[in-house]
Amino acid sequence: MHFARSWRQQSSNLRLVGSRCASCDAIFFPERIRCTGCGSSELKDYRLSGRGTISTVTRVFEAPRGFESQVPYFAALVELEEGPIICAMLTDVDQEDVSVGKKVSMVTRRILAHGDDGPIIYAYKFTPELEG
Amino acid sequence: MKPTRAVGVIGYGGYIPRYRIDAAEVDRVWRGSGKKEGRSFKAVPGPDEDTTTIAIQAARNAMDMASIDPEELRAVWFGTESKPYAVKPTSTIVADAIGALPHANAADWEFACKPGTEAMQAAIGMVGSDMARYAMCGGADTAQAKPGDVLEYTTGAGGAAFILGPGQESVAVLQASTSYVTNTTDFFRREGQEYPNHGQRFTGEPAYFHHIRSSVTTLMEEIGAGPGDFTFAVFHQPNSQFPLRVAAELGFARDRVEPFVLTNLVGNTYSGAAMLGFAKALDVASPGDRILLASYGSGAGSDAFSYEVTDKIIEVRKRGVPIERYLKRKKLVDYAMYARYRGKLRRN
Ligand SMILES: [Zn+2]
Repeated sequence: MHFARSWRQQSSNLRLVGSRCASCDAIFFPERIRCTGCGSSELKDYRLSGRGTISTVTRVFEAPRGFESQVPYFAALVELEEGPIICAMLTDVDQEDVSVGKKVSMVTRRILAHGDDGPIIYAYKFTPELEG
Repeated sequence: MKPTRAVGVIGYGGYIPRYRIDAAEVDRVWRGSGKKEGRSFKAVPGPDEDTTTIAIQAARNAMDMASIDPEELRAVWFGTESKPYAVKPTSTIVADAIGALPHANAADWEFACKPGTEAMQAAIGMVGSDMARYAMCGGADTAQAKPGDVLEYTTGAGGAAFILGPGQESVAVLQASTSYVTNTTDFFRREGQEYPNHGQRFTGEPAYFHHIRSSVTTLMEEIGAGPGDFTFAVFHQPNSQFPLRVAAELGFARDRVEPFVLTNLVGNTYSGAAMLGFAKALDVASPGDRILLASYGSGAGSDAFSYEVTDKIIEVRKRGVPIERYLKRKKLVDYAMYARYRGKLRRN
């Protein structure tokens, strides 16, 4: 059921909690139970900074179910500064703001709301860093 | 009122959504009176934003500035009158997002536009009594108005968060705080109703002006200060005229107040309004400056605070995000996009 799954994913959704391998320091997102680098199963929770760069980006016009109200939106692969690559929606952006290599940072937004009376799912999206 | 040990703000942050609508555009749709463009705007939350996401970003910015371990926060308290859930606290989501759970108190506060400053007073009490080392308070809103109502020209969105802690760690130390509260029905929304009502003859003089004058006068008497002792004064700002008028009545010079009236740029951000103004004042304050903060909430009451800025402000605020950056970041939308973003167009 949706409810239980989103509850389990809450900390990674809200705080970008991944895993760090205690023996080789490799960092993963989302969480893993075994290191793909050295095979160790000694992984600890690790909170990522939320800063990264866009490595691929596409504009979505035909959205999966539940995301129709956000069309059109940008979906990107973001390379986090700690290494993991994460697939996420971009927000507060226009076509001219998105390009490969652009620096982005994590924000928390409403991703899904289950009807008018179901739970609201808050999770990460990425947005260009604020200009000084 | 003041705590037995010194308490102050150790970090703060604000957030304003990126989208803006010109009040002239609202006017074009509902009245067509030919209002001039470019004079006043309000911030519009994006389709994936609500009070919770605004509060989370303000809280994160405050945490970055304070640079403390989130597990040291004993309270995360946000005030709002636009909760995404009618039952289920916004503050638990904010507290989770910054990593403060589970050993913290988390609750939502409600008092029209002043719950954030109520939470601030409570946080001061909690830290001042040594029950907690740090406590977070804040206010955020995505203010709603009935389409075409006079309120629709100004109902904005935004919020701010403050972390209270020991005086010696503070960027601004509290001198005292007072509240002035009466049972006045000047503005209200009945349970289950989508939009609020304003009780015409009770707004203005017997509400906003009377309550703010009373809280600020009491505060100044309590600490033996006059308007000339404050470098800046920040008032609740439902529009751009009220704060300037109450400041003039109380004897504050206009140039000490006007830079922190953001209503023409972002609209009335309700629970966020006075708090965003206070954050902007801290962004430009110098050590030794005294800042007055006075909120107003319909129903009705005003909380007033006097803070003195410390040397720490110079280094500590470099870790934060100046409010000015959010004021500069803006994208205009027309009434149609605003209606879509605000959920005023139902498709089922
Ligand atoms: Zn490993």
